Amino acid sequence: MDKNRFFFQHYGLTERNLEQYLASALSAGGEYADLYFEYLSSTSLSVDESIVKSASQGISAGCGVRVVAGERTGYAYTDDLSPERILQAARTAALIASGPAKSPTVGFQEKAARSLYPVTLPSVDADINAKVELVMRADRAARAYDPRIKEVRTSYADELRNILVVGSDGTFAEDSQPLARLNVSCIAKTEGNSARGSAGGGGRVALDFFFGEKTPDYFAKEAARQAVLQLDAREAPAGEMEVVLGPGWPGVLLHEAIGHGLEADFNRKQTSAFAGLIGKRVASEKCTVIDNGTMPWRRGSLNVDDEGQPTQETVLIEKGILKGYLSDKLSARLMAMADTGNGRRESYEHIPMPRMTNTYMLAGQDDPQDIIRSVKRGVYAVNFGGGQVDITNGKFVFSASEAYMIEDGQVTAPIKGATLIGNGPDVLTRVSMVGNDLKLDEGVGTCGKDGQAVPVGVGIPTIKVDRLTVGGTAKKETGSFMQ
Amino acid sequence: MSPVELETRSSKLETNHKELAQDIVRRAMNSGATAAECVIREGDEFSTLVRLGQVETLKESGSKAIGVRVFNGKRAASTYSSDFSREGLDRMLKSALELSRITSEDPYAGIPEPEQLGSISGDLDLYYADVYSLPGEERISYARRTEKAALDYDPRIKNSEGGSFDAATGHKVLANSHGFVGEYRRSYCSVAAVPIAQNESGAMQRDYWYSVARSLSRLESPEHVGKTAAQRTLRRLGARKVKTAHVPVVLDPLVARSMLEHIFEGVNGDSVYRGASFLAGKLGAKIAAERVNVIDDGTMIGGFGTSPFDGEGIPTRRTVVIENGVLKSYLLNSYTARKLGLQTTANASRGLAGTPSISPGNYFLQPGSKTPQAIISEIKQGLYVTEFLGHGVNLVTGDYSRGASGLWISGGELSYPVEEITVAGNLKDIFFNISEIANDLEFRGSVACPTIRIDGLTVGGE
Repeated sequence: MDKNRFFFQHYGLTERNLEQYLASALSAGGEYADLYFEYLSSTSLSVDESIVKSASQGISAGCGVRVVAGERTGYAYTDDLSPERILQAARTAALIASGPAKSPTVGFQEKAARSLYPVTLPSVDADINAKVELVMRADRAARAYDPRIKEVRTSYADELRNILVVGSDGTFAEDSQPLARLNVSCIAKTEGNSARGSAGGGGRVALDFFFGEKTPDYFAKEAARQAVLQLDAREAPAGEMEVVLGPGWPGVLLHEAIGHGLEADFNRKQTSAFAGLIGKRVASEKCTVIDNGTMPWRRGSLNVDDEGQPTQETVLIEKGILKGYLSDKLSARLMAMADTGNGRRESYEHIPMPRMTNTYMLAGQDDPQDIIRSVKRGVYAVNFGGGQVDITNGKFVFSASEAYMIEDGQVTAPIKGATLIGNGPDVLTRVSMVGNDLKLDEGVGTCGKDGQAVPVGVGIPTIKVDRLTVGGTAKKETGSFMQ
Repeated sequence: MSPVELETRSSKLETNHKELAQDIVRRAMNSGATAAECVIREGDEFSTLVRLGQVETLKESGSKAIGVRVFNGKRAASTYSSDFSREGLDRMLKSALELSRITSEDPYAGIPEPEQLGSISGDLDLYYADVYSLPGEERISYARRTEKAALDYDPRIKNSEGGSFDAATGHKVLANSHGFVGEYRRSYCSVAAVPIAQNESGAMQRDYWYSVARSLSRLESPEHVGKTAAQRTLRRLGARKVKTAHVPVVLDPLVARSMLEHIFEGVNGDSVYRGASFLAGKLGAKIAAERVNVIDDGTMIGGFGTSPFDGEGIPTRRTVVIENGVLKSYLLNSYTARKLGLQTTANASRGLAGTPSISPGNYFLQPGSKTPQAIISEIKQGLYVTEFLGHGVNLVTGDYSRGASGLWISGGELSYPVEEITVAGNLKDIFFNISEIANDLEFRGSVACPTIRIDGLTVGGE
């Protein structure tokens, strides 16, 4: 890894300073203290009505100081990286503990880190005119797709986050994390009817990704296709039925139904519907679910997490059996389990907690066509908006934005967006078929927890869930209480 | 592209934020901008979370940031920074001026006209230093008392995500090249509890309650908040699914707010001029039941959505959005007003970067006269919703489908808890089908709605 020592160079930090800050953080005791330095630069551009209406750039920098004493966490941060202000933050965070001063480990140890996103020129530093070309090209491509496409908005955003994490246990980790994303949303209109479509993608990639692998035209056509398709969508059914999920982004099911419930903090506090289920069956034998922060170039990947721990591949469910939780340093220590490198935070203003990275289900044996053919009457959902979960009772939802009816083994008419609702701990026990077509999403996911947003990835092969409640409006075949 | 030459620095670095904002605007203009606007935001926050009686987190900090928006004729660009050093500010200004060369000419771009600018006068009752007056131990005690009241309420409350006390103050400064400069401070404090209840079968339910106020003296007691949180959680225990049905749906005030937010998104000028709203082109048309009156008022004394001027420096005002079911006004900033050939409603909201967006002031549905109990008592079979899950709302088409939980209404009474169900319909019909509005309007934030009854929705279940 390139030892660029960003904060040493730009802010004149020294190891001596860092030791002093940590000593101050532990001046009233506590088991552990760490410092998280962050320097974030970002760019965004947007096109509306075929003109570049807005362009912005920004810089935000700061340092967060954390002191952990038992289950207690003291936290303070500063956006001024002068020694006086960092020491002041350290003394504030220290107030959580009340005991004799502790000494941090002398000497830092930098662990060998991966290089999952070795960009030569971070996109934030790339020519702004090339970014303008991206958003303008996307606009033209969406409009050219079909004359019914009337409104198009395209946007591009990138950032480069330089971080340094040092801990009183000798942790020393630096990383430089690029992130870029292109988005297209459009509205198709006909006489008396309109519909929307959106698509986007990116990752921890350089700008050339959008000129080679995934072009603006690719995302634009996808957004336009969805909008035009939705013009003819009919009402979605309501009630329990067979649901087939297409590959890729529908993996958001795993994120909501399983992932959050397996974050270690909820299980340590026994507030998750999954608490105490390690070693128990929570899914059908065909399901193996992984969280993996080590996938090159991906949006959810990190060389080290926001506590300086290298990320890893963690098996959450193996052939239906719950294997493990996603943990950060605090939960790992309190639960006497391994730190899985899932301690993440939105920024220096936030306390880290266990979060997902890239969460997906391994491919199975079934041919996706056979899966669809096996359904008498059900829903085939291929694209989703967001989702949400109540980790305590396990209920989760996710909203289909592109879905079709399956009738007698055939995919038939497109249906309007509908929310799917289920129960996390048992939805995967009803997975009866798993396709051989695992696909990861395009790189658009952002996960929110306790008000903190972090980029994540999801993936899934085509799967069949034998029973899931679909929240449509179609009146046919439903019981009814009438007044 | 030739680099931008910045005007030579002023000799001293302004530490007064009002003067600093004006200085940035002046330097932008002297460096070639045709119009400029600067915003400075500064804030402090304190939060404490107590879980099972023990302090779990204590957080205390302050931060500030500055943003500038410059115009190069009809081209706009913006930059921001958390670095207030001379070098940081220079870099921010220079980047903005350079960026304004690559954006497109937009005939509608610009800051408001000079005669539109100003600030409403008088004490708006937005700032109380008392939110920080409590000593550290007292703050922790607020959080602890809130959680304890929930835990002590009933033996089935077996766990908790904690009790919390939060306080924050914010200071906002805005200056532009028409000579506008304004500032205001706002304070905020809150207590909350998130208890977890468990029944004999081991199934858990979680809910919450909170109180928020601009002054510590107006906060509801921790005991009241904790007890309410416990009651809300306990009533969810033993929840079951229901059969798919078409029944009247009653929304409690907390979830009814979301319906009002969908109207807000529908009248948001940004969606309207793009035709991306199911309410676009409906000005003057009937869009809701006769009884529906929706107001946005950024001037209410002490309100959570009150400010003396909006994000562009225009005095806030009161706007009737829907009167007797008829759409009377969209909610606009100056850009969307120019696009639509209308007057701004002073709903501009200025972040640090980008063009101003649109946000509500104090935005509410006018209450009716019946009590919530009276409304429920008229329903033989129905659903009382206490929580929505997910985001299944399409504002282009009005299609609506969300996850829900709540209580089943049977024989005019709340009878048993239900969950894992969906509620679906179309917003175009939903607002016409608001058949009752209760009298329980209460502001717990800038958007407020009384209990409402909606007919014609599909409740999806087994």
